[in-house]
Amino acid sequence: MSTKKLGWRELPIGAIITTPGNSVEYKTGAWRALKPVYHKEKCVKCLLCWIHCPEPAIIRHEDDTIEIDYDYCKGCGICANVCPVKAIEMVMER
Amino acid sequence: MTEGRGKPVGLSGDLAVAYAVKQADVDVIAAYPITPQTIIVEKLAEYVNDGELNAAFVPVESEHSALSAVVGASLAGARVFTATASQGLALMYEILWIASGLRTTVVMALANRALSPNINIHCSHDDAYAARDAGWIQFFAENVQEAYDLTLLAFRVSEDKKVLFPSIINLDGFILSHSLERLLVLDDKEVKEFLPPKEPVNPIDPDNPKTYGPLDLYDYYIEHKRQQAEHFKASYPRILELMREFSEFAGREYKPIKTYGLEDAEVAIMILGSSAGTARYVARKLRAKGEKVGVISLTLYRPFPVNELLEAVKGLKALAVMDRSYSFGSPGAQLFMDVTAALINAKEKPLMFNVIYGLGGRDLMPDHIVQVFEMAKQVAKEGEVKEAQVWVGVRE
Repeated sequence: MSTKKLGWRELPIGAIITTPGNSVEYKTGAWRALKPVYHKEKCVKCLLCWIHCPEPAIIRHEDDTIEIDYDYCKGCGICANVCPVKAIEMVMER
Repeated sequence: MTEGRGKPVGLSGDLAVAYAVKQADVDVIAAYPITPQTIIVEKLAEYVNDGELNAAFVPVESEHSALSAVVGASLAGARVFTATASQGLALMYEILWIASGLRTTVVMALANRALSPNINIHCSHDDAYAARDAGWIQFFAENVQEAYDLTLLAFRVSEDKKVLFPSIINLDGFILSHSLERLLVLDDKEVKEFLPPKEPVNPIDPDNPKTYGPLDLYDYYIEHKRQQAEHFKASYPRILELMREFSEFAGREYKPIKTYGLEDAEVAIMILGSSAGTARYVARKLRAKGEKVGVISLTLYRPFPVNELLEAVKGLKALAVMDRSYSFGSPGAQLFMDVTAALINAKEKPLMFNVIYGLGGRDLMPDHIVQVFEMAKQVAKEGEVKEAQVWVGVRE
């Protein structure tokens, strides 16, 4: 999270989240062990990756090519798995 | 203890709790029947059916669901109640922690019953102790009057803004739950004065959405637990104030710890629930013969009244801590662990030993108490504890 982390005295009681929709602040990219790498030249714009991504961390462009949102992508590999032309490759994070 | 305000009636412990819950005017009751608690929720179902209590009665399919339902209703702002015992409490176990962590105001009666195996419906304190770490306030009733009074008090305590933790009222299965006793019940109007409508804190509100119980990992979980721990500790002085307020209101004195004969006692018994009366009865007889014996019992078991206990044991040479349960593989059973931990750094403390008694409803007879006092006197005389844990009332 980008904001300063609060101490126990400052947190709302009951561990409640009182500000709705703040999960965007919680960047889960660091959970990733494998990283999807997009090869645009192989892409057939079928958008199966965009449909299947559970996050959703596939950003769809105007021309139906895609981009991966590494702030939220957890590296599950579903996109690479569903891609019929292997345009997404999983590589080790380093 | 039947002095103070109120109209004399004869009720069993279960019916007295149900009557208090009705007077507390609860909004939601969710329950699953289990002996020896069943009469409480049966009576409440009757009150709702007969229009004497305007509440939603949710007949759920398990105790897990019973507690889950009242947790949700409590978060929605309702005054809620459930009751259980033994295996039912065990089935509620994961929700016990959630009820406290989410700072609900659930009030639950626990008609203490031994855990299986083998199936037994009578009194042990296994279920009360199973809930001891989960963040619930716990009261122990010694008689039917206390079961009634403590139920009313529990709603006030749990819903207080300086507390906001769920409460359990323990009443010994059958010994209190099914015994008819004389007690004084307060007037409905008086109860309403003591117990104003609940003012919910951070309730569920569609116009102001919140998330309850979200994923909470290494970056915040420990802060939330620290806050819960600090707030639970900080609730103690407020619980004392509310006990005092109730005492004045009802004309019956409630304190976290009850002591008898400790002004000059050399040995004492510490015990929970209905057996405290038996222990005091025996102590009175022995004191009449000039023996310096005393009794300590707790009305408030969680938060544990550490300072009051430190004060109470001053001058004692030996203390027998009696547990109606057993903790396998532990150096002592559950109350013994609390007491020894509470006294560990005290400059002045008695020699202590643990007595296991009454499991599965085995009667604790006055002779057993005499036997325990004899053991305590022996420990005091010899200046050492030869047996750290003994059993009474069991065939060898």
